[in-house]
Amino acid sequence: MTELSLHGLTKRFGSFTAVDGVSIDIPDGSFVCLLGPSGCGKTTLLRLLAGLEEPSAGRISVDGEDVTGTPAHLRGFGMVFQSLALFPHLTVAENVAYPLSIRGTPRDECRRRADELLSLVQLEGMGGRRIHQLSGGQRQRVAIARGLAIEPRLFLLDEPLSALDANLREHMQVELRQLQQRLGVTTVVVTHDQKEALTMADIVIVMDKGRVQQVGAPMEVYRDPANAFVAGFIGTSNLLPCELGEGEITVSGRRIALDPGDRVKARPGEAVLSVRPEDIRLSADGLPGKISFVRDLGESVQVLVEHEGHEITALYAPGARPEVAVGETVGVEFVPGTRVVLPA
Amino acid sequence: MSRKLQAAYILVILAALAAPIVVVAGVSLNAEQALLFPPPEMSLRWYGALFSSPDWLVPLRNSLVIAAVSALLAVLVALPLALHVWSRGGLLSRALYTLGVAPFMLPPVISALGFLVFWVTIGMYGQMAATIVSHGVFLVTLPVVTLSLGLGAMDPALVEAARTMGATRGQVMRTVILPLLLPYIVSGYAFAFVLSLNEYIIAYMVAGFTVETLPIKIFNSLRYGYTPIMAVVAVLFVALAVAVFGLIGRFGNLPRLLGAERVEER
Amino acid sequence: MSARADRPTPGWLAAIPAAWLAVFFLVPFAIMLGVSFAHRVPGGFYEPGFELDSYARFLSPFFGRILLTSVALSAGAAAICVALAFPFTVILARMGGRAQTLVLVALLAVLSLSEVIIGFSLSTLLSKTAGVGNFFAWLGLIEESRAYTPSLFALMTGLCYLALPYAVLVLYPPVSRLDPELGEAARIMGATPLRAFWTVTVPMLRAPLFGAAILVFVFTLGVYLLPQVLGQPAHWTLSVHITDQAIFQSNLPFAAAMAVLLLLVSLAMVGITLLLGRAR
Ligand SMILES: Nc1ncnc2c1ncn2[C@@H]1O[C@H](COP(=O)(O)OP(=O)(O)O)[C@@H](O)[C@H]1O
Ligand SMILES: [Mg+2]
Repeated sequence: MTELSLHGLTKRFGSFTAVDGVSIDIPDGSFVCLLGPSGCGKTTLLRLLAGLEEPSAGRISVDGEDVTGTPAHLRGFGMVFQSLALFPHLTVAENVAYPLSIRGTPRDECRRRADELLSLVQLEGMGGRRIHQLSGGQRQRVAIARGLAIEPRLFLLDEPLSALDANLREHMQVELRQLQQRLGVTTVVVTHDQKEALTMADIVIVMDKGRVQQVGAPMEVYRDPANAFVAGFIGTSNLLPCELGEGEITVSGRRIALDPGDRVKARPGEAVLSVRPEDIRLSADGLPGKISFVRDLGESVQVLVEHEGHEITALYAPGARPEVAVGETVGVEFVPGTRVVLPA
Repeated sequence: MSRKLQAAYILVILAALAAPIVVVAGVSLNAEQALLFPPPEMSLRWYGALFSSPDWLVPLRNSLVIAAVSALLAVLVALPLALHVWSRGGLLSRALYTLGVAPFMLPPVISALGFLVFWVTIGMYGQMAATIVSHGVFLVTLPVVTLSLGLGAMDPALVEAARTMGATRGQVMRTVILPLLLPYIVSGYAFAFVLSLNEYIIAYMVAGFTVETLPIKIFNSLRYGYTPIMAVVAVLFVALAVAVFGLIGRFGNLPRLLGAERVEER
Repeated sequence: MSARADRPTPGWLAAIPAAWLAVFFLVPFAIMLGVSFAHRVPGGFYEPGFELDSYARFLSPFFGRILLTSVALSAGAAAICVALAFPFTVILARMGGRAQTLVLVALLAVLSLSEVIIGFSLSTLLSKTAGVGNFFAWLGLIEESRAYTPSLFALMTGLCYLALPYAVLVLYPPVSRLDPELGEAARIMGATPLRAFWTVTVPMLRAPLFGAAILVFVFTLGVYLLPQVLGQPAHWTLSVHITDQAIFQSNLPFAAAMAVLLLLVSLAMVGITLLLGRAR
């Protein structure tokens, strides 16, 4: 069914390239998160998919049909805008049924379908309300219901949850994911929040400066970042410059033998060592460092260690809190099998 | 300045603006044909006289017809202009916007003389249509400004959302843009209507001797001596303006319409 | 602007207003310019031609006095109006939404009033039988009621009455957008309210204040009825003479030449405002 495939997709604004040669194939029914820092071109890429921007180069095809030149209103996609773009002059039900009434669907049918969609997003009986009478979370659901009204081939959402407070956002992430699984609609969600991406996605596309940095399943991207940018952007990573040799690396003049479980993505020579905070151990051995701060977050304890101008973060469960004090000198070790060596 | 002093300042200015109107309202109640304030004897007879004397009824009808039609013309020209300027930028758009804003910004005597020579040249001098078109052009600025404000306040994503949901350009216009613009269309029309009713110099220069409007009638009568009917007309004009702008203020957001951004929605 | 894949309106839509305004706004100005160079036929209309006779009349001392009167009256009105309107607007912008709306309704009502009605109302207010004269006599300030019109004072009052609402409405957007926290910050740093006003509010609004003054200036330049109702013949402005020449002296070329001059003065003023706005 819906296979989405982008080929060399590029968008320039004047001399500035916002989306730079994006080529991806996305299988039918996937939940895709476009993840990247603000300004990296996520919205632009989504708007290219929707037909709201014309690509400077490249092709978009859905189910093998080239839609690159198809105007937005003929693509048959659903979209949820960052501002939601709900029509203030229409009721909730009229908003949800808008894509149907535009296509000349009879009034009764529109009403029936609106009720159906509203119950899908748990807003039964709210059809008669005006948009300004709804809470933020309810508006969110209306926008989602409206985007799904025509059973779109492709469902696009631009930072749909960013306006919600933290609790509601986490709740809606789960709800959106469950809804998508139930309907099986191929979905692309833009987000700059890596937790959100890891929670919802089948496939995460990490972008930076208009280019795709990595495509993969959430845990793949988290455990096995393709480069230093992805390692730094997804979760917290400790990044240290190192020298890659035969089966070993040299960090601050100290040799560390690599384990078969460690991942090496770099060529021999200058490289970057990436280790997650939970994979750092403090001991008497290892790289010498000085405790600069201990942050007790309740559910976990962060220990910051200063090593030759680099700040290294170690993460502990509350029960495993090490007996260290600020100013104390310790050794930093990396758990074998968790180390990733990336190109410099 | 303390709060009291501030309130006093506002009230003094408003009182000064109201003073002539209060005196005129009092004068309009004179029982005799005299402009005395306070009136020695009160009566509403001059209000009746306005609506029964053909001398005044004809200008009243002229003024209403001219205002109603010229405001409509102004809106019909301003709407495509504002839509075009809003939907695309560039030098041409800016030139068009300047052209739309200019008529009301220049001293009206200049436009009045321009209209005079124009209508003389094409042989329509002295016709009501000439007054109507001239007012329509002169007042186009008001709906241009209100409509541009309205369009500027509209989230562009609304249009894009309608597009992604399958609406054609015409459907977007009909189901999204025009309904959202309606309050601004109405207030643009109201502004133009009220100002056309009150406009003197253009109406006078273009057709002053054949198509008498109320302001022209008042000015002409000023020369032959004062009657309280003039005061009656003045009172009615003030009342109409207060009613129209009061309604806009009641049902729309007047501070926003006049360019404020910090006033909360009610 | 980005290259939107499609725009909400078709391009030909612009042709309607463009053609309409070209025919009914630009063409009249072009004809007027032509007429200003035409040859006057005394007692009749004019015949086409190109001569500078009408412009040559600007060089007379009589005309110089008219121009000076116009400019002096407008400059005076601009100064008074802005001085009154600025504190008014600052206070207005800090009021609650409902109170603001009420004041704005009052301002718009006054603004929309015809010059004729304002002239008539003020001449009534300043008259002997119905106006402040009565009131002052009643208070015992003066022995017997008297008229305060026609006079320079009455005319200036009329000009300010006419232009004050405009001045407030021009200042209103920039003043209301001014961040109130700036003044508060100045006060926390130790400035008295008046000092905060002079050292923070006024400098930030220098351009809008100047713009408002120019606007009132241009606006009152076009006033031509009040000088006849409230002023003496010595106070007749350029605008009065334009009407007089066009309608009563049937000298369209000279009227057109004066209108062109007025237009140039107005445009120059607007140009200066725009330049100042850009320089900021
Ligand atoms: N219409 C436009 N014209 C010019 N530059 C644009 C336009 N839209 C986006 N950009 C630029 O493209 C870059 C990517 O923007 P965007 O896709 O909105 O980023 P994101 O959604 O990832 O935050 C930004 O630097 C932005 O300034
Ligand atoms: Mg974005």
